[in-house]
Amino acid sequence: MDEMKQVVLEYVRREYLEEDDDREVEVDTPLISGGIVDSFSMVSLKRFLEKKYGIQIPDADASPEAFDTVESIVVLVQRFGGK
Amino acid sequence: MTNIARFEEELKHFDWSIARHELGYKEGQPLNIGWYCTDRICQTGRAKKLAMIWENHAGEVRRFTFDDMRVLTNTFAAHLRGLGVQPGDRVCVFMDRVPELYIGFLAVLKLGAIVQPLFSAFGDESLLTRLESSGAKVVLTQHKHGLKVRKIRDQLPALETSVIIDAGDRKLADGEVGFDLDNAPKVNDFESYPTTPETPSVLHYTSGTTGQPKGALHVHNSVFSQYLTASWVLDLQESDVYWCTADPGWVTGTSYGIIGPWANGTTQAILDAGFSADRWYGFIAKHKITVWYSAPTAIRLLMKEGEEAPKRHELSSLRHLASVGEPLNAEAVIWSQKVLGLPFHDTFWQTETGSIVITNMPGLPIKPGSMGKPFPGIVATVVDPKTFEPFDHPGAVGLIALRPGWPSMFRQYWNKPEIYASKFVNGWYLSGDRASIDADGYYWFVGRDDDVINTGGHLVGPFEIESALLEHPAVAESAAIGMPDPVNMEVPKAFIALKQGYEPNDDLELEIMNFCRKHLSPLAMPQAIEFVTSLPKNRSGKIMRRVLHAKEWGEEVGDISTLEDE
Repeated sequence: MDEMKQVVLEYVRREYLEEDDDREVEVDTPLISGGIVDSFSMVSLKRFLEKKYGIQIPDADASPEAFDTVESIVVLVQRFGGK
Repeated sequence: MTNIARFEEELKHFDWSIARHELGYKEGQPLNIGWYCTDRICQTGRAKKLAMIWENHAGEVRRFTFDDMRVLTNTFAAHLRGLGVQPGDRVCVFMDRVPELYIGFLAVLKLGAIVQPLFSAFGDESLLTRLESSGAKVVLTQHKHGLKVRKIRDQLPALETSVIIDAGDRKLADGEVGFDLDNAPKVNDFESYPTTPETPSVLHYTSGTTGQPKGALHVHNSVFSQYLTASWVLDLQESDVYWCTADPGWVTGTSYGIIGPWANGTTQAILDAGFSADRWYGFIAKHKITVWYSAPTAIRLLMKEGEEAPKRHELSSLRHLASVGEPLNAEAVIWSQKVLGLPFHDTFWQTETGSIVITNMPGLPIKPGSMGKPFPGIVATVVDPKTFEPFDHPGAVGLIALRPGWPSMFRQYWNKPEIYASKFVNGWYLSGDRASIDADGYYWFVGRDDDVINTGGHLVGPFEIESALLEHPAVAESAAIGMPDPVNMEVPKAFIALKQGYEPNDDLELEIMNFCRKHLSPLAMPQAIEFVTSLPKNRSGKIMRRVLHAKEWGEEVGDISTLEDE
């Protein structure tokens, strides 16, 4: 689980922050409600998770709440069989 | 009693002078939106009234009275003047929904300069296109967004200064200055520039089918339309707490998130946080919001969360709801009536119109799914797309057309007079939207008349997406269209033919999506990519998007006689 958190965290930092952006993003940082990832960008984040962990996340479960922190994302991924 | 009901008699002889009279404006006087939204409210005995209740994602709340807004806009304006901003200069506001955005916007107007608001999620390519076009001299931004400006500033010869509002002790690059509004010496007296009704005020960029986005230029005269429609359609009254969910990077966020409500002296609540149903309902309850102006996409997201979510919050303060951005489906109107006890009133307008033009006004019976009727003073019709003459029978589908002359109509596309001229035929402004009018005079939206993608109420130009895609090393050619989406009405989809040596796969698909998101914006990111070996073209080699669109939507393809042979 810790490894998965690290992978998702790295991906979020790499893809959603500018190079010199000094905002600290940790596993409990609000991503959607904190304005780091917006609801439109959730689609590419969901695609990354599905590809990386070989799972399918139904659209109905891909809510802003479920994607709001790295921690909640990892819970979601594991719920759908991601290891 | 609603505001508009008080004017029943006057409606018979409607004249925009109602707005001029209410705002105390006399012919020949200067007219400055910045002054009307701050100083005038103070002069009418409301200096201590709350203008803005602001809350961020962490729950931090700040409150500003109209006098605070007056002094802070003076302070910001004086600082910008010190940086050399002159009347007529373009000053871009590129920020999240922080207080400095709203204060900076009005400060630029007080200076007589032209404010160019841009959506803070824009990537460097979208930013470059729009700043290059406007020739902005100054950008007001936050550190995190200033980094995007920094990347492209070598390509922007007109750009002199980026003002970073949260620089702190960070090292700044050449051409950047820090400005801490909270700790700056306050300027109590500042004479607003004596702009006239026809002095340019706001420059909003909007997307079209072809070419890059165009800057729709508005003038200070727009305040009359924005004031009166905010009063009559949104029914803003003295004791209201009003929440407009739109970002000021788009026209709703300025016409009805800044100018209209503050010209009325209305208290606005502003939430600088991403979407969450619980958070939104909680925000309404916490600040006792009475009037709420939102968008169909947000309403559909709330519907998705179910009927239990609103029950967890005290929402009885709400008394009037309105919606804008895309057609409001009948189900959403019925849902809100059932769950919130109030219907959403659909409103229709565009960046170019500057204010609401067709609408469901308080007192007018709502036909769920209809756009409503023209606002008083707006002469609207539906014209035959071939002759551009109004249809003379109900139910015919044509182009929504408006007779020019209302105060907030755009005055030009920035440096594109020929495109501006092409929007007018037979004395009508052609909106580019298709609709029909029923026997009772209600308008019913049908769709766009062009290839522009309306996603979540935001217009995205396919050309802009295709241009960005071509910059990806794997893309040989592409076409972007809108595909159906249950929440956002439509979302971008890209058809891509790859260069030799590249194979379609999931990694490449995700890479291209992220490439587009970073260069343009999350809105413009294709949410689906279909790799193809070739794209349908006509005999002159032009990609026929409509063929792809028709297949995607399961519609008739229509005339394909010009389609190039395979």
